[in-house]
Amino acid sequence: MSPQRLKTSAMIASIASEGQRTRAAPFGHALVEVAADRPDIVGLSADLAKYTDLHIFAQAYPERFYQMGMAEQLLLATAAGMAREGLTPFATTYAVFASRRAYDFLYMAIAEDKLNVKLVCALPGLTTGYGPSHQATEDLAIFRGVPNLTIIDPCDALEIEQATHAMAAHRGPVYMRLLRGKVPLLLDEYGYRFELGKAKVLREGSDVLFVSSGLMTMRALEAANALKADKVDAAVLHTPTVKPLDEATLLAQIAKPGRLVVVAENHTVIGGLGEAVLALAMRNGLTARMRQVGLPDRFLDAGALPTLHDRYGISTTRLTEQVKGWL
Amino acid sequence: MALNNMQLPLDLAGLKEMARVNRLDTARMFMAAGNGHFGSCYSCTEIITTLYFGLMRVDAARPEWPDRDRFVMGKGHAAPTVYSALIRRGFMPEGWMDEYETAVGVKLMTHPSRRYQPGIDTSQGSLGHGLSIGVGMALAAKLQKRDYNTYVLMGDGETNEGSVWEAAASAAKFELGNLTAIIDCNRLSVDGATDEVMPMEPFPDKWRAFGWDVIRLDGHDLPALLDAMTPRRDGQPRPPRMIIADTVKGRGVSFMENVRGWHADTITATQYALVKRELEVTL
Repeated sequence: MSPQRLKTSAMIASIASEGQRTRAAPFGHALVEVAADRPDIVGLSADLAKYTDLHIFAQAYPERFYQMGMAEQLLLATAAGMAREGLTPFATTYAVFASRRAYDFLYMAIAEDKLNVKLVCALPGLTTGYGPSHQATEDLAIFRGVPNLTIIDPCDALEIEQATHAMAAHRGPVYMRLLRGKVPLLLDEYGYRFELGKAKVLREGSDVLFVSSGLMTMRALEAANALKADKVDAAVLHTPTVKPLDEATLLAQIAKPGRLVVVAENHTVIGGLGEAVLALAMRNGLTARMRQVGLPDRFLDAGALPTLHDRYGISTTRLTEQVKGWL
Repeated sequence: MALNNMQLPLDLAGLKEMARVNRLDTARMFMAAGNGHFGSCYSCTEIITTLYFGLMRVDAARPEWPDRDRFVMGKGHAAPTVYSALIRRGFMPEGWMDEYETAVGVKLMTHPSRRYQPGIDTSQGSLGHGLSIGVGMALAAKLQKRDYNTYVLMGDGETNEGSVWEAAASAAKFELGNLTAIIDCNRLSVDGATDEVMPMEPFPDKWRAFGWDVIRLDGHDLPALLDAMTPRRDGQPRPPRMIIADTVKGRGVSFMENVRGWHADTITATQYALVKRELEVTL
């Protein structure tokens, strides 16, 4: 049997499930909205405006858009210089380039002095089939070590819009993992409202507690539905602010007796949400049955995204199967 | 003693004297610590002195004055030169010099930090950041229609960093006439002669090719520095300005001049006495 032929559209496929509602370029549109009465907001791109939805801001405010070219170190240090002068720069590129190539510039030029730079980066975790050069599978591990940095991993279009407003209102450096293009829309059904630093229970349940961020919250909600067929009652605690963690909510939820805690993340199992939650429990002397779903500590394959999500265990089907195996 | 604004700018004789004071202050700080980056500081003494006492619009009473000229110390390890200038301009008390690096919690350390030091415009220490940060400050001035100038001092070794050239291209693209960069060409870095560690010359050709206005001068020549670094406040879009300053590492102290080991070294009381005697006599 010959392998199924890959199409480009599959390589850069939307993470939306079949038939799911989506909203186009939520970050770009939200930033245009925020910037209307905030003349201090400027946008910077490292030749990826089109793929970070910043082109929408560039069209609306050409005089406040800065094309820095393929130069991520310059991107971040220039943003630092602008922030020093009272501007609020939104700097965008891919997560791999911001984290791997420009780390020292974030750490020293931005974070030490708590400069008001917003770093918004596309292709977090495994959200492209282009292989390790584009898959930021360890961005959280890298960035969690930066003091003063707030980290947001939003789940859907609604949350990205609200988080964009919240970032602009917050003083200090923020890193947001960006979903771009046609982004799934689901949290409106839960009456959800993003609050910086807050984890929220989207669904109650007595057998399993999913702790998740980013697109894995969408998968956890789907898995929770699927588990109903097996009479498994699963709760979902969405934790979009990865740093600082909402420690009080997490501890209270983990401490509830009788539930298997499953931390699900679109990130390598090293240094992301899973380890952060485990370390929180450890520091507080809390023991619970805990399991982790995340990407393996490997250079991942290139290919069609749905296939890769299945292969590495973060598709809804694989997430559901793993949980059933642990019960 | 700090100068007040009425006494500024200094004339040539005043600048020459202030350069001598700056070298003595630097040695005083290093004596307090027992060591320091003598060579790196003494090559840029005249550059810093000319900026802070001859050209830059700053006011100790308003360290964060939005219209002040900005100074970015790319080669952060030579910060004591800047500390002396800020102390003599009244931004910081003189007594801080004698606490330099003597204990955790004192205000003055090897690298400049905005967390502790009034008058410092950017925290530095990681080489290769300064010029890009300066680009951001100069862009902000244009957007906010302010006429301050931004000065960035880099070491010649620092230009090995690729980020310097990212910034070089962008400053020309954005026509940052309000940005002046200075390369302190003292020709020595940690591991040896800069042209052996990584040859970067000819600097003028490289910077011109990147679209900058370039002047090469003797980095200890006060009149030349005054002329070359005069602020440009007309807001006209034009090429950024690059000053290639040929300097002598350890300038002013005979046993330190052009000696690689004095990039950073310990100092004894006997050596300190020698430094003081030479600076009293020779400059």
